[in-house]
Amino acid sequence: MSSLEVREVTVTFGDTTVLDRTDLSMASGEIVALVGPSGSGKSTLLRVIAGILQPDSGRVLIAGEDVTTVPTHRRGVGMVFQDNQLFPHMSTIDNVMFGPKMAGVPRAERFERAERWLRRVGLADLAHRSVTDLSGGEAKRVALARTMAAEPGVVLLDEPLTGLDRELHDRLAADLAQLLRSSEVTALLVTHDAAEAGAIADRTVALADLVAAPREHPPTPG
Amino acid sequence: MDRAGAGVNRLPRWLIVSLAIMPAAALVVFYAWPFGSLLAEAVTGQAVSDTIGRTQTWDVVWFTLWQAVASTAITIALGLLPAAAVARFDFRGRSLLIGLLTAVFVLPTVVMGAAFLALLPDSLDRTVWAVIGAHVAFNLAVVVRVVGALWEHLPTDMEAAAGTLGASRWRVFTQISLPLIRPAVVAAASIVFLFTFTSFGVIRVLGAPGTRTIEVEVWRRATQLGDLGGAAVLVLLQLAILAVLVVWSTLAQRRHTRALALEPLARRRRARTAGERAFVVAAAGGAALIAVVPLTALVARSFSTPTGWSTSAWTDLGRTEVRPGLRVGVDPVGAIGNSLTTAAWATAFAVVIGGVASLAIVSARRHGRLLDTGLMLPLATSAVTIGLGMLITFDTDPFDWRASWWLVPVGHALVAVPFVVRTCVGVLRSVDPSMTDAAATLGAPPIPAWRATVVPYLWRPLGAGAALAAAISLGEFGATSFLSRSGGATLPIAIEQLLGRTGTTLQAQGYVLATILTLVTVAVVVVVERLQRGPAGR
Repeated sequence: MSSLEVREVTVTFGDTTVLDRTDLSMASGEIVALVGPSGSGKSTLLRVIAGILQPDSGRVLIAGEDVTTVPTHRRGVGMVFQDNQLFPHMSTIDNVMFGPKMAGVPRAERFERAERWLRRVGLADLAHRSVTDLSGGEAKRVALARTMAAEPGVVLLDEPLTGLDRELHDRLAADLAQLLRSSEVTALLVTHDAAEAGAIADRTVALADLVAAPREHPPTPG
Repeated sequence: MDRAGAGVNRLPRWLIVSLAIMPAAALVVFYAWPFGSLLAEAVTGQAVSDTIGRTQTWDVVWFTLWQAVASTAITIALGLLPAAAVARFDFRGRSLLIGLLTAVFVLPTVVMGAAFLALLPDSLDRTVWAVIGAHVAFNLAVVVRVVGALWEHLPTDMEAAAGTLGASRWRVFTQISLPLIRPAVVAAASIVFLFTFTSFGVIRVLGAPGTRTIEVEVWRRATQLGDLGGAAVLVLLQLAILAVLVVWSTLAQRRHTRALALEPLARRRRARTAGERAFVVAAAGGAALIAVVPLTALVARSFSTPTGWSTSAWTDLGRTEVRPGLRVGVDPVGAIGNSLTTAAWATAFAVVIGGVASLAIVSARRHGRLLDTGLMLPLATSAVTIGLGMLITFDTDPFDWRASWWLVPVGHALVAVPFVVRTCVGVLRSVDPSMTDAAATLGAPPIPAWRATVVPYLWRPLGAGAALAAAISLGEFGATSFLSRSGGATLPIAIEQLLGRTGTTLQAQGYVLATILTLVTVAVVVVVERLQRGPAGR
């Protein structure tokens, strides 16, 4: 696990400023929920942290190291996408083994690690199922297992429980809280549901509050 | 609503039959019959055993195969880069690049051959490398359009997800993107392979004695050596090889088709990092250069003489004497006239046959599908096969039509009709049937209702189809090579003859004609695009 720091990140798309000098600081092992209305730039912030999107200005530090120009695959940042983004041409276990495979983990060991994570999310039976045959809740768990099996220092979760029915939502929220806590991982969770945020995270922050303090003007000479 | 319920309002059968009879008859006389006589010519056992027993046959088959495989592999490898740039990024000139590659794709084969002849130094210009280069430049559009269309719908987040799991850009491509776009890659490769395997015009211009495809060998046997039987056997051999490949490619595509969670359209965005910008510039710029440089060389060579730049090849186009009293038997200005006349007639034939057939296909439903499939067959048959079939068939009384002025335009129309039909049927099928029902409730009998609500939608796609037919006729080389009469040479035939002669004056005239043909074809394609992009069917 690693600490995470976002410093004065600004992102613009054309004329729209999506993130304006946003600051965020998280201690190692902390679980933070980021709330805000939809379209407010929460997902954009996650993309900047993961390195999927280059900010116009500002920096991202992981474990104290500036990673702003480091490509995604070398940042050690895992991400659970809102729509999972499971690889449809691979079986469930191949999806979960993908991260260890990229890290050069030997085959036997990565198989064992993937099985362990599938067990932890309660899907050991589905290892050889095609991911296109999974239900919504199962796919979400596989996405989580896939991210965790890569053993990232920071985990980003983009609305991980949106679109599930109420009962499944509550059950998964409890599972997720337990899983993140027991894995001692630094996690940033985006949600628009305050109750969900309270159930999973150590603290909740609103994106609107993350704007950096106004820069102090240097004293004018004379 | 089930259309069978509208039975009482159906068009009378006699009308549908009379619409279908003319296109069906044209198909039988000018396609089925020649194809049948070609088969009959080939099945004389002697021709088969002679052809199979000749080592030269297998040299030609081997060359055809390996140059097609090499051309396809290089086209795919080079084409994936611009395909990725076009699918993933928004950049200035994006649609221009797609338009440019498409324009190159529809250029006559002889023009592309001429462009590479103009581009390459003498040491390279009649080699297999020139042939492969021309094939690659020609078919880049297939990869960019076919693969780009699928790639565009592949969620960008899926590639990003692989990145967050530790995959480098290269591994994201090999492990995620490539497997998922594979159906499109296989489809594009099949199309490129089909075109390069049956390459004729490019090889006639750029080929040397050792570089002959089956198509060129068919032409050589039939017209140079008078061995019609051997030519017919080669046509069947080619069909057999292609049939095997079509089956394989269909199976391969079926195996790799997956239920993809495709986004309606993944977000295209501007390149943000220096690396992304460099990629877009290199991929898009490289593809544009491959398309533009040969054509620039073509135009440049039409202005170049041993003593420097000059417009003499353009201004002296009408002078057919190389030296006083010595003619070479090629009349450049006459070829322009022949091409225009031929294209006009071919377009007229194709529009009448294709327009009537489209109305019949849409009105006749189940039997319409039969006519539709039948009219598509010439598309699946190489032009050389069509030409050879007609040459064999129409040479005995009372069907000795070889000297008739209309035989070449009819051959061209046969090749063009599928395009006219496809353009029109798509639009006619999209006409809302309840409009015809509405006309009926207003008191219109079936035929006037049909004339008021369906027929008006024919004119616009028919216009686009006409322009396509004209472009096809202007560039047609395969069938024309068999059917052209002396003195009746069209532009592609004249270009090939001029470029095949020694002497810079004749060569420059060849380049002039190729430039003219390029300009006319591009103009026609622009007209097609305009007609198709406007409000549909009005």
